[in-house]
Amino acid sequence: MAEPLLKVRNLKTYFISKEAQVKAVDGVDFDVAPGKVLGIVGESGSGKSMTSLSLMRLVPGPQGRIVEGEVTFEGTDLLKLTERQMSDVRGNRMGMIFQEPMTALNPVLKIGEQIGEVLIRHRRVSKAEAKKQSIGLLRSVGFPRAEQIVDEYPHQLSGGMRQRAMIAMAMACQPKLLIADEPTTALDVTIQAQVLDLMRSLKNKNGTAIILITHDLGVIAEMADDVVVMYGGQVVESATADAVFDDPLHPYTTALMESIPVIDQDRERLASIPGTVPSAANFPSGCRFAPRCAMAQESCHQRMPELRELKPGHYVRCDLV
Amino acid sequence: MATSMASNAGIKSRGAVVKGKSPSRLAFERFMRNPLAVAGTVILLAIIFVTVGAPLFTHYSPSAMNIMNTNAPPSAAHPLGTDQSGYDNLTRLLYGGRVDLTVAFSAGVMTLVIGTIYGGISGFFGGWIDNLMMRFVDVMLNFPFVVFILFLEAVFNTSGELLLITVVVLTSWPASGRFMRGVFIQLREQDFVIGATTIGAGTWRTIFRHMLPNTVGTLSVLVSFAVAGYVGLEAALTFIGLGLPLTVASWGGMLSDASNYTAMTTQPYLWLPPAIMIVLTILSVNFIGDGLRDAFDPQMRS
Repeated sequence: MAEPLLKVRNLKTYFISKEAQVKAVDGVDFDVAPGKVLGIVGESGSGKSMTSLSLMRLVPGPQGRIVEGEVTFEGTDLLKLTERQMSDVRGNRMGMIFQEPMTALNPVLKIGEQIGEVLIRHRRVSKAEAKKQSIGLLRSVGFPRAEQIVDEYPHQLSGGMRQRAMIAMAMACQPKLLIADEPTTALDVTIQAQVLDLMRSLKNKNGTAIILITHDLGVIAEMADDVVVMYGGQVVESATADAVFDDPLHPYTTALMESIPVIDQDRERLASIPGTVPSAANFPSGCRFAPRCAMAQESCHQRMPELRELKPGHYVRCDLV
Repeated sequence: MATSMASNAGIKSRGAVVKGKSPSRLAFERFMRNPLAVAGTVILLAIIFVTVGAPLFTHYSPSAMNIMNTNAPPSAAHPLGTDQSGYDNLTRLLYGGRVDLTVAFSAGVMTLVIGTIYGGISGFFGGWIDNLMMRFVDVMLNFPFVVFILFLEAVFNTSGELLLITVVVLTSWPASGRFMRGVFIQLREQDFVIGATTIGAGTWRTIFRHMLPNTVGTLSVLVSFAVAGYVGLEAALTFIGLGLPLTVASWGGMLSDASNYTAMTTQPYLWLPPAIMIVLTILSVNFIGDGLRDAFDPQMRS
């Protein structure tokens, strides 16, 4: 594999207060290859959103802190940059889009002003030039009447249109990496497909790598080259998308696959994983999935398994497989 | 009207060119459809017009005493009569309004400016900064207001508009500071504020370009209610002798002057006009405030 664009090693993001230490992200490792899509899957509370915020160094303070780890992006450790240097990276070499397109745009600024702001900030272009480029960007994300959209306010656009405007904003400086945190969850199914298509075509055109965070395995199957499965703030399995779907090794991944409804199968109930994600404030002492795992044995509750490379490029955090 | 609104705000018909309306423009349109708010605006503008343009309506000076003509009932020369010092009552009423409105508006705006800066910093940065700043607000909120005025008047050996504004601002900003802190905390968690950071906007840019414009609605509502409160406060303080000196024409001062048995029972033309003006001003400003609140936050109404 070529030198990865982004290398995350032993990333730990904790929320520290007097009462508790919440280990939202607890020693996460993964790589993102240039121009590839990495899918991060996990249930709510598995730490996937906090991982993405940590990459951008946007962990909500003052309680939330990245306590340890390395985030090497194009050869520099982002965690060692000053806040000033980091804000030169954000929006420029690294873009981000959010789950909720209804709230992710500033209601009092025109669409064109918001996209233009990125260009003015990082490319030092004039206002007029920024507007001109904004129109081009809006057209590239599929707005036929881009000249009018630049002068409109977010409340005049539908959810799907806003999400596309967000993508235009995130892609304005042609970043090398786009972090998309549940980009389609809040959208209608038909719009979801449009937005995914758009992301894919932008990726192919600009060679942008994408970190796609989602709990929707269908989206992962369609988009991702590589997959990281997270549970309890840790990576439990990471491999190529094909390997994860065809040959899931971790019991959690297997259970996730089984819970995908299959349309031609006559089942009374959908398969589900019993129990809920453990609270990050007090994880069980051994394997974090053990309390919900059908295969769990005595030893699972005692010792935390290591992430092992079981097959080339296929890592699993389970002692039983 | 309602349907044209909906078509502007929602998804527009393909190809139709409709100029983008800013949220403030939409709020203004909603405001103009609220009859009470419009009435309040008209009345307030009228009050401002007659007080600022006082010389157009009376040729007396507010400080010209005529001791040969005191306690005169209304006449053609003095439509509202004269008071016990021989001042023309109408003149005092009009010029007095200037003072009242100046004190109320400048104190209202200054309170909000200080409150927004203070509350904004406290809410945005959070943590120990917030904690420290809010404890200071707690202290200030319990500050004995009247004692503070007496203290300042004694120290500076003066009373007047400037002192009154200072005192009102110094004792009133904590409430608006606490309010604005809440507004900023709420805004800070909004995706678009986090989003501003993800595109590389720095702290101050985030605060001034992305957060502050989103507080304009709240701010204008707060200002209007503050102004209404301060008109009453000025009158009350002057009435009990802690506000403006009686040599300065003001509505509270006129009420204070007329607060004796004779005037109350036999000379309603002395105290009724300033009382009506105070009530009218407060009511109209309150209606404007209500109208602004409904205009900026149409959901809150239903």
